[in-house]
Amino acid sequence: MGIEVSSLTVHGALDALSGGECSSEELVRGVIAEIAKRDADVGAYVSVDEDGALEQARLADAARSAGKGGRLLGVPIAIKDVLNVEGQPCSCGSKILEGYTSPYDATAIAKLRAEGAVFLGRVNMDEFAMGSTTQNSAHKVTRNPWNLDCVPGGSSGGSAAAVAAGEAIASLGTDTGGSVRQPASFCGCVGLKPSYGRISRYGLVAFASSLDQIGPITKNVRDAALLCEVMSGVDVMDSSSLDEPIPSLATDLPTDLSGVRLGLPKEYFVDGMDDDVRRGVMAAVEQCRELGAEIKEVSLPHTKYAVSTYYIIATAEASANLARFDGVRYGQRAEGATDPIDMYGKSRAQGFGAEVKRRIILGTYVLSSGYYDAYYLSAQKVRTLIRQDFEKAFADCDALLAPVTPGPAYRIGESMDDPLRMYLDDICTVTANLAGICGLSVPCGMTDSGLPVGLQILGPAFKEENILRVGHAYECARGPFGSAQGNAFGSASVVAKGL
Amino acid sequence: MNYIVSIGLEVHVQLQTRSKMFCSCDTGYGAPPNTHVCPVCLGYPGAMPVMNKEAIRMTVLAGMMIDSEISTYSKFDRKSYFYPDMPKNYQITQYDKPFCVGGEVEIMVDDQPKIIGVTRIHLEEDVGKNMHFRGSSGVDFNRAGIPLMEIVSEPDMSSPQEAYDYLTALRQIVTYTGISECNQEEGNMRCDVNCSIRPEGQEELGTKTELKNLNSFKAAFHALEYEIARQKDVLGAGGEIVQETRRWDPDTCETYSMRVKEKDHDYRYFPEPDLMPVVLDTDLVAKWRSGLPELPDMRKKRIVTEYGLPEYDAGVLVSEKALVDYFEGAAKLSSNPKAISNWVMTEVLRYLAEKEIAITALKVTPEALSALVALVDDKTINMTTAKDIFATMCDKGGAPADIVKDQGLAQVSDDGAIAAFVKQAMDENPKSVADYKSGNKAAVQFLVGQVMRMSKGKANPQMVVGLLTDLMKD
Repeated sequence: MGIEVSSLTVHGALDALSGGECSSEELVRGVIAEIAKRDADVGAYVSVDEDGALEQARLADAARSAGKGGRLLGVPIAIKDVLNVEGQPCSCGSKILEGYTSPYDATAIAKLRAEGAVFLGRVNMDEFAMGSTTQNSAHKVTRNPWNLDCVPGGSSGGSAAAVAAGEAIASLGTDTGGSVRQPASFCGCVGLKPSYGRISRYGLVAFASSLDQIGPITKNVRDAALLCEVMSGVDVMDSSSLDEPIPSLATDLPTDLSGVRLGLPKEYFVDGMDDDVRRGVMAAVEQCRELGAEIKEVSLPHTKYAVSTYYIIATAEASANLARFDGVRYGQRAEGATDPIDMYGKSRAQGFGAEVKRRIILGTYVLSSGYYDAYYLSAQKVRTLIRQDFEKAFADCDALLAPVTPGPAYRIGESMDDPLRMYLDDICTVTANLAGICGLSVPCGMTDSGLPVGLQILGPAFKEENILRVGHAYECARGPFGSAQGNAFGSASVVAKGL
Repeated sequence: MNYIVSIGLEVHVQLQTRSKMFCSCDTGYGAPPNTHVCPVCLGYPGAMPVMNKEAIRMTVLAGMMIDSEISTYSKFDRKSYFYPDMPKNYQITQYDKPFCVGGEVEIMVDDQPKIIGVTRIHLEEDVGKNMHFRGSSGVDFNRAGIPLMEIVSEPDMSSPQEAYDYLTALRQIVTYTGISECNQEEGNMRCDVNCSIRPEGQEELGTKTELKNLNSFKAAFHALEYEIARQKDVLGAGGEIVQETRRWDPDTCETYSMRVKEKDHDYRYFPEPDLMPVVLDTDLVAKWRSGLPELPDMRKKRIVTEYGLPEYDAGVLVSEKALVDYFEGAAKLSSNPKAISNWVMTEVLRYLAEKEIAITALKVTPEALSALVALVDDKTINMTTAKDIFATMCDKGGAPADIVKDQGLAQVSDDGAIAAFVKQAMDENPKSVADYKSGNKAAVQFLVGQVMRMSKGKANPQMVVGLLTDLMKD
């Protein structure tokens, strides 16, 4: 097989498969070889289902020789450990789900499976998707492939690290407050958070039901568009999925931006923002202007309330969503309990990590009688105001451009004892989840210390085509972004370009 | 001291939908434990609820039956508490926006109608069932997720009998709409009772206790009798009623304290984010309303006029929807509705009571009963034979005509054959003949009996009497 797997995209893999350059089995073996090479350093994977993936790959090869199609036939994908894949473990980065095996496929997984995708393995994450560094995983530390002393971001840190390290062609993450876009940005990948209701949440282990959304992490915008397109659509199993038409997202993406109106929300360029990040984002904005876009400043005045609003709603929903992990029906059950309530207490005390406990307690508090109106109800009202901010902005703009985070990837261990600072860094990403709109993270530069910077493109709900068009046109103009492997794995030259 | 009793009821009714409230699992009763389960009703990670629209329709129908206001905007909420029979450790229920608000149920007290106010009807999911074995416990989740309608009354009842009558009235309404069989053995209808007493003249309600484990209307009645007496004793002795939950023990016929409510449990209700609010548009509500069944009172009046039955008969028949459905099924096919009514009120009800079964389990179909009445009316069989055939059908089912044919039960109406039996009876019983002739007209009954015995019950009794009186005239 003369194919370089570590830099392979989904579209590249499909071309190679249909052109007979390689088989799916070879592709899967190639990816497994990359994992063997680098994952001891990166720590992206929680488990690799080698036998299962090879079996699926052989079936895909047989289907291809039998003339059968499939938009992802034979392409291996890494899955965040929070999505149910039948027969595979699904630990959500937690000890409490040790020993649990999924009895069913999430709808998004079933749709990928129907198009021939191969489920290669499960990637690391912050426990129950709570965190932005992947350091809250009960399993292991995942490192940023661009700099192994840094975090990959989170909570979908394993998903981004695997793609950046060339250990996955593409992966799935989930985004509740930025958990796809932020690690994609930290790791120099493309990350798409689709609109709320675009992709069924059935089978995604819920953190915050009204905010969660599945999204792809890929090496380019077209790959993200294709995966999103395959997973999209209304689902009878998820009442919050919407019956909106699914545009052909991956094809017909123009490379110019003439006539496109782009807004710069001033509140997202915060004080204390990293200079390199500001420089990278503004360079991307200029690039978009050169491509023909009209750039204007806009205001989203309620942004300053977004983080507190987010942490009230997300923790409230999480406190109920995580109540089911009690050791009665599945997962870990503590020994030596005297009665059921004692058993819950012990199992949950032993099974959950500190951050999860912190958020369950926060959520329990804000829902308590006497506090509900002051916290949860107020937060819902502010949420409406935030949504209206976006509606007003999108009346004049097709999309908004902003940073993904105020700074690049943290060093491992940094800020661990200051959760509040970590929460505040979510300022640029939580708004999209609160408003239900879509957002895309595209690499747009490097800091002087060699860490990637991401450009965030926000679009109106169910207008993924807007942000994908902007992302694709910018990406084409920017040129190849380079790869982390040259940076962190021996070779001296930083391959990043387009700055 | 005289006390005023205030009783309020929370009645849970399992709706007779085919699938559960939030998943497609079967709702059938009696399956082996944990066979009617799936990721959704087991609360597996990632599973999500989807509303059962039929359950919503049924709840709205129940509200319409008692003149509730039907909410155009409703929603589901999560009620959080930890218990092993709760798969998610929160129950999906309705907190502040139930489907039905207000309503009235009429009962009779001393022959006067009394209105019991209904606060609300909401829809929720049932929980599993904890099972305790020697040294271990288990949970059967077959019941978890079955749609459960909760009807909350005002504290308007002032005696155990009123509570009993209210429950009976509710059951009639619910069974009439076909939304539940209200089978108490299967736990289709369960109630929690709130009860307080206060001295006459006091406006404010007394401290209430909540009674649990009331598996039948009778249990509710007896538990209330006991609890009211207990509360009177406590107050009479200068004590205070403690707000608490008490459990009814049907073996000792006493209530005893389960837990003292120091303050209301904090269930941390909040809107269920996995389900969208339910907006019922007026057209849909109107369509559902047009599908409302005939109410018992209306039906009673119609039965009287349509079938020419006495008020009394109609009253007995409409007491249960399945019973009056059965009656009408038979009466529609018959030229003698009164005879059908007689059969239903006597033989049918007696058999059901004896076997303790529901009429839906009766093997005698309405068609068969109507055919049986027709056979009596056209004198193919007499009443005695008819009752035997009824008993046979209760056992094995079947059509009366076939049974008559198979067992040769057709009534003998042949003059010659009957005359021979009559002559034999007169010859063998000269004393009875003499008694009759000397004016003891009752003696003919003995002779009729002899003829029936000889004919194995098949002789047409009217013909036998006619022939005997003719022959004994001279």
